[in-house]
Amino acid sequence: MKHTLYDKIWADHCIHENEDKSSLIYIDRHLIHEVTSPQAFDGLDIKKRDIWNKQSIMATTDHNVPTINRDKGITDPVSKIQVETLRDNCKKHNIELYDLDNIKQGIVHVIGPELGMTQPGMTLVCGDSHTSTHGALASLAFGIGTSDVEHVLATQCLNLTKDKNFKIHVNGKLKPFVTSKDLILYIIGKIGTSGGTGFTIEYAGEAITDLSIESRMTMCNMTIEAGAKSGLMAFDKTTHDYLKDREFLPSKKHYDNALKYWESLVSDESAHFDRTEVFDANDVEPQVTWGTSPEMVTPVDSKIPTPDTVTNEEEYIDTLKYMGLEPGVEINSISLDKIFIGSCTNSRIEDLRDASQVVKGEKVSSSIKQAIVVPGSGLVKAQAEAEGLDKVFIDAGFEWRDPGCSMCLGMNDDFLQPYERCASTSNRNFQGRQGDKGRTHLVSPAMAAVAGIKGHFYNVKEFMNEK
Amino acid sequence: MKNNNFQGQVIPINRDNVDTDLIIPKQYLKSIKKSGFGPFLFDSLRYTTTATLDSNSDRTEVSSFILNQTPYKKGTILIAKSNFGCGSSREHAVWAIQNYGINIVIAESFADIFTRNSYANGLLLICLDKNIIAKIINDALSSDSYKIKVHLESNIITLPNEENISFTIDDSYKERILNNLDDIELTLQYKNKITEYENKIKQTKPWLFDNE
Repeated sequence: MKHTLYDKIWADHCIHENEDKSSLIYIDRHLIHEVTSPQAFDGLDIKKRDIWNKQSIMATTDHNVPTINRDKGITDPVSKIQVETLRDNCKKHNIELYDLDNIKQGIVHVIGPELGMTQPGMTLVCGDSHTSTHGALASLAFGIGTSDVEHVLATQCLNLTKDKNFKIHVNGKLKPFVTSKDLILYIIGKIGTSGGTGFTIEYAGEAITDLSIESRMTMCNMTIEAGAKSGLMAFDKTTHDYLKDREFLPSKKHYDNALKYWESLVSDESAHFDRTEVFDANDVEPQVTWGTSPEMVTPVDSKIPTPDTVTNEEEYIDTLKYMGLEPGVEINSISLDKIFIGSCTNSRIEDLRDASQVVKGEKVSSSIKQAIVVPGSGLVKAQAEAEGLDKVFIDAGFEWRDPGCSMCLGMNDDFLQPYERCASTSNRNFQGRQGDKGRTHLVSPAMAAVAGIKGHFYNVKEFMNEK
Repeated sequence: MKNNNFQGQVIPINRDNVDTDLIIPKQYLKSIKKSGFGPFLFDSLRYTTTATLDSNSDRTEVSSFILNQTPYKKGTILIAKSNFGCGSSREHAVWAIQNYGINIVIAESFADIFTRNSYANGLLLICLDKNIIAKIINDALSSDSYKIKVHLESNIITLPNEENISFTIDDSYKERILNNLDDIELTLQYKNKITEYENKIKQTKPWLFDNE
């Protein structure tokens, strides 16, 4: 019997098969943050339940935290209570917390892999839909709600129904300056935001194996935007190289055995997938979303679709009204107010390097009100500063911030004012996501940087050729 | 839900991809409680301006939005199109729907995490065919009152014109909804099996437990 990578991790963690189609699945790693955990801890208290395995948990503060003037603390009293509640809960239960005073603090999906807490073959959960990110390390990772957070705290398990297997095979090589962000936006444009519902998606093919782990994380991260809870990529040499020397990796004593196990974390040849889609990396140009769903996406050198090309005209009209755009408008002619480089999708060191290449020696357009770079973690920030990237951004007119989720969802002070338009490296362009009535265009870090310099969208390939 | 039968006014939301950011915007996720989200359900569609958890007064309603209109305002059954609840995993979306007084959501399809969150809170989700949804939305929008009956025991929905529509629902989900079961307690019945499994992987994957 041939098995997919997903089948293997599933079988390895199955404790019990229930009479209905669900199974009791063991969870190896549990990441928590301030927004989706307080009610879960409360639930434990009410029922006087203990935490099953504290060692499996890692906590950080990221969603609500300031990215500027941290010495003043959190000024919003409601945010402050939420962060302090996490601190209290971690202290009470003796859970490791990476807090604002720790250089290892950062966005939960950046620090998990960075510290080696995310390991191949693990089942990993977090009360956050972008937990799919960790699948880039051949770990079965998915977002859960607060009730499930409580369930995992109390039992180290979840009752789950097995997903179907979906393989997305990408042939060929990405063109220069086209990134994995463009590729995943392109794929979401093709399969739609519910294309992956009920599936776990495994990405494979030359274009995928060519990617760095950080680029793979960007794709797995946005897999939830295609409707699938988990994205997966097979373990390979790139994975192994990335993991080397990470803090929480298996000790020397166990490393060889762990590696042997990790090397088995690939889909068997000719394993059965319930659905397969094949794409060609050569077809992918830099992408820009134009609407309020990630599937509303188009190449930068194209136009806003016209009504005759859409399936749901009512939704299309509402969307363009919300976005303040007209049918047939050239993407390149759209002017921006703000630029956001950051989020669990694109705030890792390679993302900052990509953007800084564009920015080097340039100035942010005078028409841009604000351009911010928010590194994903304290360690990413320190690495970027060691490479002088902070200076490149600051010289160009970008603000260089402290790590957190920031303007991806604007729970802290970084958000769009009504009707402001933003080129953002984040993951969701939903109505109001970055701020009430704010208008989001999702792009790669390099494309966001170009938009900051030009004041409007512009093809990064041309920009770099002209540079 | 404690009853097998349920009757209520339909609230038609004529949209695909109703995401959880739309159901409850981020500024209201700062609460550390499970209650109090009802006033902020569909906040950005309901009001002309935004508010905060501790300051929510003197806001102007968007009169064209369904929840600001009679009879929908007092509705208890929400109906929308495909991929309802997509996006963020925030369980606050389910809490907001329930806090508002809605007991059932009907759609063509639901996002995976939203479905799990609904199960955990006993919010009943029912999938119906696209054409039936379109008909109910249409009829609900053009009627002064549009109440439907949901018979959970027999998996039947009765429309105001007495037409019966059957739906399918997972039996274990139905049992959980009807009996309001404690999921954690159910899992803890397998406590010994979980410990047994842990003992096994301590041998086969010792690196997960021993960092020395």
